[in-house]
Amino acid sequence: MASKKQREILLDPLFENNPITVQVLGICSALAVTVKLMPAVVMALSVMVVLGFSNVIISLIRNYIPMRIRIIVQLVVIASLVILVDLFLKAFAYDVSKQLSVFVGLIITNCIVMGRLEAFAMDNKPWASFLDGIGNGAGYGLILIIVAFFRELFGSGTLFNIKVIPDWFYQHGYMDNGMMLMPAMALITVGIIIWVQRSLMPGLTEKE
Amino acid sequence: MKGLHKLLKKYEHHFLEGGKYEKMAPAYRAFYTFLYTPELVTEKGAHIRSAVDLKRIMFIVVLALIPATIFGMWNVGHQYYLQAVPAGIESSVGFWKELLFGAKKVLPLIIVSYVVGLGIEFYFAIRRGHEVNEGYLVTGLLIPLIMPVTIPLWILAVSVAFAVIFGKEVFGGTGMNIVNPALTARAFAFFAYPATMSGNKVWVAGAAQHDAISGETILGLLAQGREFPWTAKDMFLGTMPGSIGETSVLMILIGLALLLFTKVASWRIVLSGLVGGILMGLIFNAWGANSLMQFPWWQHLMIGGFAFGLAFMATDPVTAAQTKTGKWIYGFLIGVFALLIRVLNPAYPEGVMLAILLMNVVAPTIDYYVVEANAKRRMKRLKLKN
Repeated sequence: MASKKQREILLDPLFENNPITVQVLGICSALAVTVKLMPAVVMALSVMVVLGFSNVIISLIRNYIPMRIRIIVQLVVIASLVILVDLFLKAFAYDVSKQLSVFVGLIITNCIVMGRLEAFAMDNKPWASFLDGIGNGAGYGLILIIVAFFRELFGSGTLFNIKVIPDWFYQHGYMDNGMMLMPAMALITVGIIIWVQRSLMPGLTEKE
Repeated sequence: MKGLHKLLKKYEHHFLEGGKYEKMAPAYRAFYTFLYTPELVTEKGAHIRSAVDLKRIMFIVVLALIPATIFGMWNVGHQYYLQAVPAGIESSVGFWKELLFGAKKVLPLIIVSYVVGLGIEFYFAIRRGHEVNEGYLVTGLLIPLIMPVTIPLWILAVSVAFAVIFGKEVFGGTGMNIVNPALTARAFAFFAYPATMSGNKVWVAGAAQHDAISGETILGLLAQGREFPWTAKDMFLGTMPGSIGETSVLMILIGLALLLFTKVASWRIVLSGLVGGILMGLIFNAWGANSLMQFPWWQHLMIGGFAFGLAFMATDPVTAAQTKTGKWIYGFLIGVFALLIRVLNPAYPEGVMLAILLMNVVAPTIDYYVVEANAKRRMKRLKLKN
């Protein structure tokens, strides 16, 4: 189904051109919703859906959008999709929706969505645009889930709200790390991921 | 000593280029230059050789910390026996017993701090192929001195690792750090494990095990508006609970005298910090809305980490402001913020730590504007002449 080029469009944003760790976009929500794994997963899926479908829609109508008002058109599309996702979450996952609070709504302002529309969907065919949207959404989600995994594990001792650190640890003086629950530590965790990624892929480091 | 030198020289060839352990060369050189004067001589260009290098500076700071460290050990024992004997937990007390008890509690902290911190430093130095610096000799001793005696060893180890990696190595190692690594360790422990860093169970050894022993500090009692049994003399001599090395103003002054005499610490920062603290203390005394504000201004300078922070942390030449005017502003604001945070936000009883970290971050900005202002002034002068 996918040619080599399409596979590249889909997989490139996962590692080599990751929206968070390489392009450094969408950081704010990465810091805000990664205290627990569950909201992070939901957020990742939401962004993936919004990004994939807004890319398709914009790509379909790209030849009819007047250049001067394209940002407004893009925003209308993104906003409608975000409202759909928000209502869907309220209907089927109310608890998580409450935890995510404004951050679902704020997907509208997530720079990744807007960036992909401008940089990709405006000049590419719908199928390629869809793959690009899903790929970037997945790249964003991957980092979110890695960060949330470590934050929940060390900050609360749980994963998906299930206790994973045995009581034996706590009886012998182990304590959950309160700093992991703060946004500061999320930033540092993202920093570590960037550090690890760049030492594995030396090509990403900027030339001095 | 000659024998040791010979022994080191005998194995040197393994660490030179092409030797068996070439990669470990930074570790070898670190040991060698720690013990002996480096043999390397600059070959090109005129140069003046100073007897004081980074190693000697760091060593002077370690020397300056020794009075506070020894006193801290004794005080740990003293505070414990002071409450344990009347409560019937211990039967008798004596100077040596107190010192021995304290040493047993404090030495493991110092050893853990050094082993973890130096281990990480050596790893990074070998990995990156640069020299191991002695900065950690100071940091490694400072960290236990600003922790409560009851801190679990593993939390200390995690804090040290965090401070060395994220306070120092990510910026490029010794001399490149933005914030003071020792305070980074304390701040990490404070925010990550608040239960081990505040409250009334941590400041005296044994307080968590025995109800009869209370580990409340003077700042904790003041924040709750309660009475405390310590006089100004206790505050000056340091015979009260607190972080291990920070209680005794007398011992800190001895260390500070050495630092100022050798010009390792900047007297401008110390003096302006004092002025800032006094000024803020006077303002709060005049305001007088709660017991923390009514607490006499001159006693504010002797409790908590004020003296220790100002003498050993604020004067850290790497993280402080570099310009002379900058040092005045930097020190003054540390004094002001330390009392501001301490008095107005009792949730953070130790304002000194946060004040110094904040000013560490701002220091480069202060320097920037001082240099800019100077450049502007000189431009003006130049124009007048023309």
